[in-house]
Amino acid sequence: MKLSFSEEDEQFRAEVASWLADNLGGEFEAIRYRGGPGDEHSCVEERKTWERTLHAGGWTGIGWPREHGGRDASIEQQVIFNEEYARAGGPGRMGHIGETLVGPTLIAFGSEKQKQRFLPGILRGEDLWCQGYSEPSAGSDLANVKTRAHFDEARGQWLISGQKVWTSLAHESQYCFVIARTDAASSGHKGLGFFLLAMNQPGIDVRPIEQITGTCEFNEVFFDEAHCGADDIVGAPGEGWRVAMGLLGFERGVSTLGQQMLFQNEFDEVLRIARENGAAQDPAIRQRIADAHVGLRIMRFNSMRMLSGGGDDGSLNREAMIYKLYWASWHRNLGKLAMDVLGPESEILEGAPYQLSRLQSLYLFTRADTIYGGTNQIQRNIIAERALNMPREPRGSLK
Amino acid sequence: MDFRFTEEQDMIRSTAETFLAELSSSRDVRNAMATERGYDPALWQRICNDMYWQAMHIPEAYGGLGLGYVELVATMEQMGRHLLCSPFFSSVCLAANALLVAGNEEQRKHYLPELAAGTTGTLVYTGNNGRWDASAVTGVCVAVEGGYRINGTYRYVPDGHTAELLVVAARSADSVGEDGISLFVLPADTAGIQRQWLPTMDQTRRQAQLVFEDVFVPVAALMGEPGRAWPALAKVIDLAAVAIAADQVGGAQQVLDSTVAYLQERVQFGRVIASYQAVKHKAADMMVKAEAARSAVYYAACIADEALADRPLGLELAEAASIAKAYCSDAYFFNAGCGIQLHGGVGFTAEYDIQLYFKRAKSTEIFLGDGAYHRERLAKLLLDTEMTA
Repeated sequence: MKLSFSEEDEQFRAEVASWLADNLGGEFEAIRYRGGPGDEHSCVEERKTWERTLHAGGWTGIGWPREHGGRDASIEQQVIFNEEYARAGGPGRMGHIGETLVGPTLIAFGSEKQKQRFLPGILRGEDLWCQGYSEPSAGSDLANVKTRAHFDEARGQWLISGQKVWTSLAHESQYCFVIARTDAASSGHKGLGFFLLAMNQPGIDVRPIEQITGTCEFNEVFFDEAHCGADDIVGAPGEGWRVAMGLLGFERGVSTLGQQMLFQNEFDEVLRIARENGAAQDPAIRQRIADAHVGLRIMRFNSMRMLSGGGDDGSLNREAMIYKLYWASWHRNLGKLAMDVLGPESEILEGAPYQLSRLQSLYLFTRADTIYGGTNQIQRNIIAERALNMPREPRGSLK
Repeated sequence: MDFRFTEEQDMIRSTAETFLAELSSSRDVRNAMATERGYDPALWQRICNDMYWQAMHIPEAYGGLGLGYVELVATMEQMGRHLLCSPFFSSVCLAANALLVAGNEEQRKHYLPELAAGTTGTLVYTGNNGRWDASAVTGVCVAVEGGYRINGTYRYVPDGHTAELLVVAARSADSVGEDGISLFVLPADTAGIQRQWLPTMDQTRRQAQLVFEDVFVPVAALMGEPGRAWPALAKVIDLAAVAIAADQVGGAQQVLDSTVAYLQERVQFGRVIASYQAVKHKAADMMVKAEAARSAVYYAACIADEALADRPLGLELAEAASIAKAYCSDAYFFNAGCGIQLHGGVGFTAEYDIQLYFKRAKSTEIFLGDGAYHRERLAKLLLDTEMTA
């Protein structure tokens, strides 16, 4: 076991840090620490400009192969980049769905034409993507997708009809990837296709969802014979589930240490307030603060194991399987701790009508953490079934 | 960064697992539990002669294998998994560590090769006030002609009734807190020491009371400077806490594995009970605890190596040890408690081993400070130190 990074990796770290120090200032000073889950609606135009600045510096798609415009950065270097980015207060990435989900999916499963058409726009930070997975009746049960795709021979196009929901950044995106049923008679994970759609077309209607925070970063997206070309399906009709699941495996945890740096920033603010307002003298609060610290440090150690041990086949190891349940629960608890440290001030808003402070927003938004991306309950099923080999949940027959 | 076992470390771990699965079976453990000594001397001899675990992290210059704390922790984890009854923890993680950290060159040269050859030892520092920090040291030492006289009652001493070598902490009569503490190394048969086994609820780990009555030790027994031993003793305690936490990880894992195995066999309402979601979710929570506990211990072990080598990262030892001990104590207790619940009625019987783990979970949780104790230590670091920019 070795805790330190190699000299080469430390040089890379210095390079990243110095580029960020040189570039993440001036016009971008205002967007430091902005964006990301819970704050996705803020500073959108400035953050789009920042995406293009990142590209100009060669910092988009760093984990992609060189032949596709990436840097072929190692897992360690991707971790370092994410860590330094978060440390510098880099704004929540507008292009992260394209860069971490769509790009790797196309590189693995896409046709040559798809790669040439879509990858450069993602790298340049010009084409933003959103994800069309969840539906009103396909939440935890993602395979229960009802959106249909029908190939219109006369037009030579796929026509997509149905509804997606919880789609982040749908109103800002140029493209959406959608899983839809190519075989109307199919059910479950069979008979699905994975489609690439332009968002700017008459058949797509985006409606924002106002959240518990009073802000809107999720949307409903309605498809009414929205179209894409015959070539805009990744893999063959019926292979959509395989592609969709492959996509979920690509992220490989390289952003986890960066995510934890953001958590650390939030935790540090809670610490600062506790020292200032005297909550730090309360023995019960002291226990909870220390417990949060323990939880966050161990989250880092979990990631270090996960990043060191992951197989190249993309299979999840044990520490990776616990990761979502672990961080989501920790983060939700931090939100509650923040309010309890603030005491009566936790109720007072920064302004009317409903202007939340960063910590109030944290408190409310973290209720979503244990739901999206697989609820805590689904995570426990996954752990029990895949890691502990306990019997699978019986499937019901109600539709 | 490479935060996983090397091939060699993995081999040490799996060798320990195989060895203990065979020689620390439920029956072996229960036989050892029934003795006052608390372990099987023949098994200890095999460990010392065939496995060299007792010599593992002692430097080669002192007759050891010169491996690190990661290897030690990997082995300790397996000992916890198999409830090994042995003087390993007291001799290696207390006595040998004390000599490594606090001993002078002469003492190391004299005692470490003995420990590396299988001599048993322990650390004697806690009085009867139930504390684990510097205030735990209540035994008193007075300088006399040619040495010191030690008086006091020590409790909760691991293997204190059988250990052959003692490292003893005592303080000057008028001192409080971290001041005035000295460490001594002496043979356990030194005149004036009364040693008494304290029967314990967890019968897999032995504790003893030692009463020192005008015990004379020569100047040569003093480790380091008189009255200034606390930083070294604190380091020894932290190193020991990391090792105990590794024992807890092994226990937490074994409780999970044996519980899941039971759940896969037990049938109710025409299904194995492992198929019920309420049961699966409890098992999933147990796995989260076991894996997170393991991560905490492996990190602390890396830091322990840095601390033993006096490298800068070693300054993190107190924090890393508290993180590991706090989390692993709670995780082991949680898993053992869930284990009994998920076993149902048989979990409450003497026959099933889950009860042995439940008891070891509690004894290791309390020993060297429980979760709340270590969280308060961390709270001090986080909240009571000067603000830095």
